[in-house]
Amino acid sequence: MVPMLEAHGLRKKFGRTVALEGLDMVAESGQVLAVLGPNGAGKTTFVRLVATLLRPDGGTLVVGGHDVRQRPEAVRRIIGLAGQFAAVEPTMTGRENLEMVAQLFGLDRRAARVHSTEVLETMGLSDAAGRLVRTYSGGMRRRLDLGASLVGSPRLLLLDEPTTGLDPRSRMDLWDAIGALVARGTDVLLTTQYLDEADHLASRIVIIDRGRAVADGTPAELKQRVGRNVIEVHVRERRDLPQVAAILSRMSRPGDAAPIVDDPTRRVTCDVEVGMERLMSALRSLIDGGVEIEDIAVRQPKLDEVFLALTGQSLDTGSAQPSAA
Amino acid sequence: MSAIVIPPTRTADAAAGRTTGPIASVGPIVKRQLLKFLRTPQLIILGTAQGAMFLLIFRYVFGGAIASSGLSYVNFLVPGFIATTALFTGMGAAAGIAEDLQLGFIDRLRSLPIPRYSVLAGRALADTLLLVWSLAVTAAIGFAVGFRLHGSLVGALGAFGLCVVFGFAFEWVFIALGMIAGSAQAAQGIGFMVFPLTFVSSAYVPTSTMPGWMRAFANHQPITDMVNAVRVLAEGRAAQHALGHNASYFIVWALVWSAGIVAVFAPLAVARYRKG
Repeated sequence: MVPMLEAHGLRKKFGRTVALEGLDMVAESGQVLAVLGPNGAGKTTFVRLVATLLRPDGGTLVVGGHDVRQRPEAVRRIIGLAGQFAAVEPTMTGRENLEMVAQLFGLDRRAARVHSTEVLETMGLSDAAGRLVRTYSGGMRRRLDLGASLVGSPRLLLLDEPTTGLDPRSRMDLWDAIGALVARGTDVLLTTQYLDEADHLASRIVIIDRGRAVADGTPAELKQRVGRNVIEVHVRERRDLPQVAAILSRMSRPGDAAPIVDDPTRRVTCDVEVGMERLMSALRSLIDGGVEIEDIAVRQPKLDEVFLALTGQSLDTGSAQPSAA
Repeated sequence: MSAIVIPPTRTADAAAGRTTGPIASVGPIVKRQLLKFLRTPQLIILGTAQGAMFLLIFRYVFGGAIASSGLSYVNFLVPGFIATTALFTGMGAAAGIAEDLQLGFIDRLRSLPIPRYSVLAGRALADTLLLVWSLAVTAAIGFAVGFRLHGSLVGALGAFGLCVVFGFAFEWVFIALGMIAGSAQAAQGIGFMVFPLTFVSSAYVPTSTMPGWMRAFANHQPITDMVNAVRVLAEGRAAQHALGHNASYFIVWALVWSAGIVAVFAPLAVARYRKG
C-alpha cells in the first residue's frame, strides 16, 4: 500500500533561517501521526509543505502517492487543513462557512448542504449552525474550523497545533472530535508542543528538533527507548523513608541518580532499569525489613522526560498548558 | 458534544484528482464578500456618510474659491469625485486581504483544490459589484447638490461604466498591496498613497493652478485621464472645450491605463498568492 506520507531529505529555508534540514519521515495509512517538537523546530513549516502552501527547497515529499511539487492539485484534493488560527468567516453562519468550503471543494449545492449538516453534527454545532460565527466562543470557532477542514471528506487531515490557546474544557472537546474522526478512518497528521496531546491522540509520534526527525515510534516505544521506568513507593510511616531509600539505591546501578525522598507525601521515587528481577528483590527486601507499604507503583517515564533524554533540552510545558487527566 | 454522530466516509466524489471549475470556485468567494459587506451595516453607513461629507465640503467649503473655466465647479467636481470613489473604497480591500492572509483564511483557501486565481478574482469581482452601489449613491448625492448632465444619455451611462472599469483596475492594485503588506495596519498605511494620487490630479481642481513640476505629474498620471474621460462623457461639449481634447482621446487613454494597471498588478498579486 502507498504510504500516506513520505518525506526524504526534505529541506526548506526562509532567507538564512533553515526551517527543515533533511527531514525524513514515512507515515503509513491508518495512523494518527503527531509531530512533536519545541517552538521553531519546523513543525508548522512541515505541515505547510504537506498542505502545498509552501514549496520544498530540496528533498522529496509525496502525499497520498502524489509528489507535492509535480501534482499539488491532486494533493489538495485529498487533504484538509486546519491551521493555527480559526480560519472561519465571522459574518457568516456556521453552516454558510461549511457550505462555502464544500462548494469550493467541488460539491454541488445539495451535496454541500448534506455534508455540512453531517459535519455540524459531528462537531456538536448543530444547534449553533444558523448563528453568525462572530457570536461563537473560541472553542466553537476552532471546532467549526476543524469542521471546515473535514467537509471535503479528506483522506488526510492536517492539524497544526489544533488546541493551542484553548481552555482545558474546549481542548478536551476538540480531542473528542478528533478521536471520532480517527474512529471513522481519517488519517491525521497533527503538530503539537503538548506531550499529553501527542500521548492522548497519536498512534505514532515523530519528534523533531532543529528541522530534523530525532525520534520516531509509538508513544510506548519512545518511552521504552529511554530505557527507564520509575518506581514510586508510598510508605505508611515517615520513619521508614530512609530505609526505603537505602534499599532502592542498592537496586540501582553505579552512577545512577540517588532516590528522591519526598517527606511530606511519604514517597520515595527512583529510576530503575527495565526488568523485573531487581524490582522483585527490592520488594522482598522492603517486606523483610518490616516496612509498611501503602502503595507501590512502577510507571513509564512521561513523554517530556523522553524528550529531554532525546534532545538534551526540555520541552516547555509550562503553566500555560492546561493539564489533562 | 455529548453525542458524536459519525458521518460515513466518502471519497471526494467523482471529482477526485480534479480542480474545481472557475465558476464554482469564484462564486462562493464572491458570496462571502457580499455577505460580509451586507452584514456589517456600520461599514455601509460610515462609507456612505464619509463620501457625502467630503462631497459637501468640496462643493460648499472649497468650491467657492476654486475657479473652473468653462464648467461650473459642481459640474467639474462631481464627475471627478465619482471617478475617484473607487480608490477610496478600494483602500478597504487592501486591509481586508492583508487580514485574510494574517488570520489564515487565505491559507485555508490555498489548501483547497481551486485554481490559483479564483480567490483574488472573486474578491475583485465582489468589490467591483459593491463599487456599483457606492458609485450610484455618490452620483445621487451629486445630483442632490446641483450636478447636472449635459451630454447624451449614452455618454452618461458610458461614464458610469468607465468608473466601474477603473474600480476593477484599481482593485488589483489594492489586492496586490494587501498581499504584500504583511499586516492589515501596514496595508492601511500604504493605502494612503491614494491621497497624493487623487489630489494631485484633475479630480477636484484644474491642474493649471499647480506649480510646474506638480502639474507635469498631474497631467501624466492615470487618474487625470480617467477623470477627464468621465467629465467629457457627462458634460459634453463644454467639458471638451475646457479640457482641450475630445471624448475618444480621454477614453482611449483611460482604457489604456486601466488595462496597464491590471496587466501589472493582477499577475503580481497572483504570483504573491501562489508563493504564500
